Amino acid sequence: MKIKSILTIVSTTLALSALLGCSESKQKVTAAGATFPLPFYNLAIKNYNEIGSAQVTYGGIGSGGGIRSLRDKVVNIAGSDAYLSDKEMSEMTDEVLHIPTCMGAIVIAYNLDGVEGLKLTSDVIADIYMGKITKWNDNKIAAINPEAILPDLDITPAYRSDGSGTTFVFSDYMTKVNPTWASQLGTGKALKFTTGIAAKGNPGVAGVIKQTPGAIGYIGSEYAFALKINTAAIQNPNGEFIKANGNTISAAATGDIVADTRMMITASNAKGAYPISCFTWMLIYKNQNVTSQTKESALETIKFLKWMMSTSTQEMTTTVHYSPLPKKALETANKILSTATFNGKPIN
Amino acid sequence: MKDKIYNITLVVLAAFVLLIASGMIYSLTTGATNAFSEFGVFNFISSTEWDPHPEREAYGALPFIVGTVATAFLALLISLPFSLSVSLFTGEYFKGTKIASVVGTVVDLLSGVPSIVFGLWGFYTIRPIMIDMGVSQSGLGILTASIVLAFMIIPYASSLSSEFISMIPSHLKEAAYSLGATRYEMVKRVLVPSAAAGVSASYILALGRALGETMAVTMLIGNTNNVPGSLFDTGNTMASVIANQFGEADSLRLSSLMAIALLLFLVTAVINFIGKLVIKKFSY
Repeated sequence: MKIKSILTIVSTTLALSALLGCSESKQKVTAAGATFPLPFYNLAIKNYNEIGSAQVTYGGIGSGGGIRSLRDKVVNIAGSDAYLSDKEMSEMTDEVLHIPTCMGAIVIAYNLDGVEGLKLTSDVIADIYMGKITKWNDNKIAAINPEAILPDLDITPAYRSDGSGTTFVFSDYMTKVNPTWASQLGTGKALKFTTGIAAKGNPGVAGVIKQTPGAIGYIGSEYAFALKINTAAIQNPNGEFIKANGNTISAAATGDIVADTRMMITASNAKGAYPISCFTWMLIYKNQNVTSQTKESALETIKFLKWMMSTSTQEMTTTVHYSPLPKKALETANKILSTATFNGKPIN
Repeated sequence: MKDKIYNITLVVLAAFVLLIASGMIYSLTTGATNAFSEFGVFNFISSTEWDPHPEREAYGALPFIVGTVATAFLALLISLPFSLSVSLFTGEYFKGTKIASVVGTVVDLLSGVPSIVFGLWGFYTIRPIMIDMGVSQSGLGILTASIVLAFMIIPYASSLSSEFISMIPSHLKEAAYSLGATRYEMVKRVLVPSAAAGVSASYILALGRALGETMAVTMLIGNTNNVPGSLFDTGNTMASVIANQFGEADSLRLSSLMAIALLLFLVTAVINFIGKLVIKKFSY
């Protein structure tokens, strides 16, 4: 009896390990970084792991964490919403390539019962975040929302307590359009806000807005849609009030794409463009030896990135409220990807 | 021979733990050097500036020190009536009864509940209550964090004090009774004063625990880098600022976080040391 049960345990263990062994025979591609594109990456990677030749994992640890992991050579790919500055590039082990994967928007989400379709200008947003507008029924808000019934409620601005690519894109936009913001707060992954409450990660800020009457905050669009939080229409440089959606985000990138794709598309003056739109990137080393032991694993990294830029993958973006890359950006990205090497030789 | 191997293994393993602890202090100190030399130790501790902007980077720990001290002491104050009642309940009034062991077990269970569970409970239960009471619009802040923190440290304060209370020799209690004291008078005049040292030591240890608590506090304090002006204000503690910012921090900011970690390490070490000392000095 005893021997029998021991045998059962042993055979089950063997069967399990055989099963695990099967899945382990696939090459692994590890990625980590920004939480902003996480909903799209989760969807795309789930699909890829079913059909692709490699097992891809993506950890949402924040852009900065992703970049540090790439610098420490513990991941093959880093996800980031902010491109590397020249200084950051020089601190990396080797030359880094920026591969854009999709476009997204940072929305201004708010929690205000009975008020839908709120309109905001950059000046009002700046005043709210700098503590100059403290009540929802402030004249400046009422002036651009004549039809809305605004309550006599304190405004609670919410922001990120951790460094974040989302903060970077939002503050890049605000710095471009508001001189007071530019001189007082500036652009950065973390800023010195003096009013409001802070929470960690996009999900954290979204949770605070959802749970706090009178709160307002900047978050990745998918987080607002998922939690059904109202989002404001933002006035673009053309004077139009635009809500973020696939079309208005795409409209922000109709211009030329710079050769290494390191560009911001906030405050785009294209017609119908949502002003807080951005690219999000996957970063890899140009010389794949840095993070890959073998040519095969380097090949898998490149294959996965190529798949990310394929038409069918790009179409997935809209189901989670992101936007596909424009044709020009895809061409540029493919060109950049083809410059990746292993032992000095192109990978294919 | 076997004895010798056994002895050597013990010594090596014990020394290894010591080595790890001193290595930790070493790496925290080296990590913090950059921040301390840039701002000066005193300046770093007394500055309220926390500006991560690359062109005007400046860091100071005062808002977090104040936040830590405020939440920890407030939590201790809030937990005091509860933990003292529990320890008298299990250590004196219902000592040795079934109900005492049930209460004792439940309270001890609280100490095993992960801090994230307390945080979630605070966020979805205590916070709406604070909003309804009109404490603040977001319901987040020093007070909310302290209330949840208070419940987290009750088991630490009460189970040790209960031990000390039940250890009071019965001849002391009987002497009080023989002089005509009521039970309440006996507790007030004999029991609590005799057990005072042990009880206060257990509160000191609970305080040490409250100082370093991270997750629940991070979820409830509002994470703003300012010196809180009132109990209803939001703030940040030393532990929560580290939890929030370590992921994205590098160079000077990372060094500043290391410096805060070192300060927290020292403060909790000193608090624990004092607690142990008091217990040792006054235990029977």
